[in-house]
Amino acid sequence: MLATLIRTTGDWDLAEECVQDAFARALERWPTDGVPRNPGAWLTTTARNRALDRLRRDAVGAAKVREAAVNAPDDDGGPADPDDGDADAGGDSGIVDDRLRLMFTCCHPALALDARVALTLRTLGGLTTTEIARAFLVPEPTMAQRLVRAKRKIRHAAIPYRVPPAHLLPERTASVLAVVYLLFNEGYAATAGADLVRVGLCAEAIRLGRTLAQLMPDEPEALGLLALMLLHDARRAGRVDAGGDLVPLDAQDRSAWDRDAIDEGVALLDAALRRGEPGPYQVQAAIAACHATAPTAADTDWAEIAGLYRQLARFLPSAVVELNRAVAVAMADGPAAGLALVERLEASGALPGYHLLPATRADLLRRLDRFADAAAAYRQALALAANEADRRYLTRRLAEVS
Amino acid sequence: MRYLLLIANDESVLAAMSPEEGQAMMVGYGKFGDEMTARGVLQDGNRLRPTSDATTVQVRNGEVLTADGPFAETKEQIGGYYVIDCEDLDEAIEVASKLPHATNGTIEVRPIWEM
Repeated sequence: MLATLIRTTGDWDLAEECVQDAFARALERWPTDGVPRNPGAWLTTTARNRALDRLRRDAVGAAKVREAAVNAPDDDGGPADPDDGDADAGGDSGIVDDRLRLMFTCCHPALALDARVALTLRTLGGLTTTEIARAFLVPEPTMAQRLVRAKRKIRHAAIPYRVPPAHLLPERTASVLAVVYLLFNEGYAATAGADLVRVGLCAEAIRLGRTLAQLMPDEPEALGLLALMLLHDARRAGRVDAGGDLVPLDAQDRSAWDRDAIDEGVALLDAALRRGEPGPYQVQAAIAACHATAPTAADTDWAEIAGLYRQLARFLPSAVVELNRAVAVAMADGPAAGLALVERLEASGALPGYHLLPATRADLLRRLDRFADAAAAYRQALALAANEADRRYLTRRLAEVS
Repeated sequence: MRYLLLIANDESVLAAMSPEEGQAMMVGYGKFGDEMTARGVLQDGNRLRPTSDATTVQVRNGEVLTADGPFAETKEQIGGYYVIDCEDLDEAIEVASKLPHATNGTIEVRPIWEM
């Protein structure tokens, strides 16, 4: 809805305000008038009409009014079915295309990377500024300012609102893929609030991933990313118990995993790998496939996974990758071997404020029966963890070793 | 949409160029100018004398203060500029990337604040 409105008005702030207005009006009207037959279309029409009013009042908006009017669906006969890709009578420009345009605009390389991610989460993921600030460990005013600056630059520097032409597509792809994956991760483990899995965001990221894979069939990393997201998402149902608590991978009920999604993910990964151009998403998908296709936790090929993490570290040298490699090494070669890697990572001062670092150390210490050290590490992790489910898991473990 | 392209490069590299290299650079700029004029994006553009010929001017307490040199000492200096009229930032980036100095200097693309 926001994507469509941004295209029709060309003004990000106006579009956002009008969408908010439409929701506010819905809150006023729906309780008395009843919920319209097609709430989404009602909101879009209301927001667009509001935008038209605003633009009409603004003399310089005259051209935009015409543009928005041209792009509007039949205003008198009520909006078309929003599921219809051609709801916006603009020829080939359906709602899906609007979202993709918005995606590429949000991920334009003229914007700073942190701004691209924030903007995508804000405009396509619908996250609040507070949530985005939390996800990136920055104060809310900083994030708010980042969003304002990014939108201002899009307007002032005339960053185009479109899917880039073919010759620009490959170089713009990496940034878009990174942002989609971050979006997925935000949904997979929401950092704020009590809901661990925001299904909507994951589904959104997968939907965008499918569109990207379709748009760029020759880009194995687009396939790899989609495979990766499907393989993670397939395990969603087994990941949280009835009480909303996180279930570790080895304790998950594998029959609850989505077989179809796993099969699709593996097939996509195979298709991507056949192209012989491995990349970070394909390697991560291969790791996820190792987990998803192991019949039991004990069957997991940890040596293979440790090797894949080593390969991943070549594409993405990062402390988080190294931490994951440490976990795989601990499974393949014993907790002491993993602990050595974790302690080396901690000594380097990497990942300050990242609760999974002390949490991992705590788990390894627990498995080595060093309970006092484990308890201290669990407390350290608890002081840093923001997610309720993570906190409950850590509290439970702490009780076990105390 | 109009943009100012500021061409920043290391003056000492420029000064150390052989006459042949200097000639090749001028040919490159000539080609750029012809191509962009034909395309209709070029509005204005000039090469600038080096920063050793620059003067900075400030008025403080009603007094005009002048000094020798550029406004800031940096590794790269502004050596020239173009004003272009483009469809959007992507086109401006494409035009900027065709400047001979894009390969060894830095081009800053600044949207013009139309008043």
